[in-house]
Amino acid sequence: MKTTSVMIVGVGGQGSLLASRLLGTLLTDEGYDVKVSEVHGMSQRGGSVVTYVRYGEKVYSPIVTEGECDYIISFEKLEAARYASCLRKGGKIIVNTQEIDPMPVIIGAAAYPEGILEELKAAGYDVADFDALTPAVEAGSAKAVNIVLMGYFAGCLGLPREKWEKALEKVIKPKFLEMNRKAFALGWEAV
Amino acid sequence: MKKLLIGNEAVAWGLYNGGLGLVSSYPGTPSTEITEFLATHDDIHAEWAPNEKVAMEAAFGASLAGMRSACAMKHVGLNVAADPLFTLSYTGVTGGLVVCVADDPAMHSSQNEQDSRHYAVAAKVPMLEPADSAEAYAFAKSAFALSEEYDTPVLLRMCTRIAHSQCVVDIGEREAVPMKDYVKQPEKYIMMPGYAKKRHPLVEERTEKLRAVAENGPYNRVEMTDNREFGIITSGCSYLYVKEVFGDRVPVLKIGMPNPLPEKLIRDFAASVKKLYVIEELDPILENHVKSLGLEVTGKKLFSAIGEFSQKTIRDAFLAEGIDAGPVPETCGAVPAVPGRPPMMCAGCPHRGMYYTLVKNKITVLGDIGCYTLGAVPPLNALDSTLCMGASISGIHGFNAARGKETEGKTVAVIGDSTFMHSGMTGLVNVAYNATNSTVIILDNSITGMTGHQQNPTTGYNIKGDPASKVDLEALCKALGIRRVRVVDPYDLKACEEAVLEELAAEEPSVIISRRPCVLLKYVKAKAPLKVDPAKCRGCRKCMKLGCPAVSFREGKARIDATLCVGCGVCEQLCAFSAIGGEEA
Repeated sequence: MKTTSVMIVGVGGQGSLLASRLLGTLLTDEGYDVKVSEVHGMSQRGGSVVTYVRYGEKVYSPIVTEGECDYIISFEKLEAARYASCLRKGGKIIVNTQEIDPMPVIIGAAAYPEGILEELKAAGYDVADFDALTPAVEAGSAKAVNIVLMGYFAGCLGLPREKWEKALEKVIKPKFLEMNRKAFALGWEAV
Repeated sequence: MKKLLIGNEAVAWGLYNGGLGLVSSYPGTPSTEITEFLATHDDIHAEWAPNEKVAMEAAFGASLAGMRSACAMKHVGLNVAADPLFTLSYTGVTGGLVVCVADDPAMHSSQNEQDSRHYAVAAKVPMLEPADSAEAYAFAKSAFALSEEYDTPVLLRMCTRIAHSQCVVDIGEREAVPMKDYVKQPEKYIMMPGYAKKRHPLVEERTEKLRAVAENGPYNRVEMTDNREFGIITSGCSYLYVKEVFGDRVPVLKIGMPNPLPEKLIRDFAASVKKLYVIEELDPILENHVKSLGLEVTGKKLFSAIGEFSQKTIRDAFLAEGIDAGPVPETCGAVPAVPGRPPMMCAGCPHRGMYYTLVKNKITVLGDIGCYTLGAVPPLNALDSTLCMGASISGIHGFNAARGKETEGKTVAVIGDSTFMHSGMTGLVNVAYNATNSTVIILDNSITGMTGHQQNPTTGYNIKGDPASKVDLEALCKALGIRRVRVVDPYDLKACEEAVLEELAAEEPSVIISRRPCVLLKYVKAKAPLKVDPAKCRGCRKCMKLGCPAVSFREGKARIDATLCVGCGVCEQLCAFSAIGGEEA
């Protein structure tokens, strides 16, 4: 089978690491060969971060380059555009419409770009955008945006929901499990 | 047990199952998690040492005592530990000793992209280089036996992509390895000239014996195909990218042991293909070796010595050579340009108040290595230099010695608590002993921040989070010869300014300890977020000078993001119109 590539992109601190571990665990349990590439260290401090998840029969490279990605899950609006060139023809981008100002915008050196998702759509990108922050807050924490988005994305892979629930149990600390289950459910139902 | 592991966790499992008894390390991205994962086992000794040299020497001591031991560090950490490494090569080991070193091509979190393989060559010790987590586990585990059999420390080279990529690893059981007896062996372990002269020939002999491992051992392998048009010699993650592009269509010599390198294996491989390529990240170590054998090879001419590779790098390079490297993936179309998003100091970061004070007073700032290096970026632009661990203090001494009174009153060094423990103390001794009127600010956030919250000797806790001896920074600085030592809260801008101006004006060296715990620490409770009263805000943008990610400017007014703000109150102190405040504002 062909290797499938997923990119989880966002802003350092939004929880892309946990999301990629959830997906990686799920796919490993499904018996796929899986590679996940994470970001640690300086880039995590509010910078743009990207995590790659690749799975298939035999996966070599842990990273994804231009035109290779099947799914991009973007935790923030403008980050979707930053990594869109990695999407392959026929791929899909899922975007949280939340806006987080990068430093050039904060200090007034640049404006937060308007209408980027519309531009992407007009250019032929398959973009599914929705507000993941409101359901995350409803689930109990703005930090659960990552799991809301994974719930939304889950439908794309066609695996039954129980398998995702099982993976959630594996990667999330018991203390936060209930909240994240709720976040996942809200994402799942938002499709 | 099969598990999805990042390379660093795989190394930790390999070392643990290989019978490790002691690990001593200093944190450094991308190596940190090796030691963190080892510390989760209660039947071994795990510790954060004050620096990499201390760590390697602790591992040496345990090896001398007969225990299998390891240390882990980032590439620049090996510079600090190079002194013990070069002579450990002569003494060899009793218990196996593994030195894990993680390079950072593309400098995701580093100040340079040096290639650690040079150290293996220069110190004449074997080096293993895995390409993924499964190999990282296997190589780490086997490294102890290699170390003991050949009486040498073994370098295990990781890089960011392998250290922080996950794949499935089959984790076996821990080997029961009894400690070896301690026997006094002066001619092996006392490296004074008379004895060291007898050890050096043994080192040269050892390299030749190890070359047989390189030729026939488990680390280097040929993956032959029927197509012999060209062959590729590669190692580490470059191997993965090569396989991603060519699959099993091209002959590959995969090097898992970059030192010492095989000769016959390479000659035979070269003879079996019409043309030879070497693909390796960073420096041409493999390429130069192949050339030294008198073989023709293409390497750095096509594949840069700068940054990381990817399957795209390999594909593009071969396509440019006119070689079929598979179809070029198609993108969906043009993408709108977006502003960059560089990393920055967190909302409520305690370093911000001190940096604002320094910038406001136009102070020259010699910086150091840590989260606070991020003070260098706009809008603060607070730093003038960042070189290596400890260089802020040693550097300001030379800077002031060179320019004297002209700079003494308007220059400071800034260094974090962990970095001060690592290599700031000796620089401070030099300031006192060789008497420059230098002002040093210790940015004490009570944790090693950038690498993800590791304890250090100033925090009062050890790697397991248990209470430990705590360095008294004030007493320490005084003991090193600095009489003027004062503590200030960086959230209090007025106190910061007073302290900085007074200590700069003083006629002797001084230390200001800017003390407040990192806002990301679990025990630090955030205060209620502040708000901007739009009726009072005049849009003067003074609060924007802080570069706080929680404060932005929209429609002519400042705005505070309540999900990010921790209520530190620094922007509130800056506002001349009392427009920023808590609930009551």
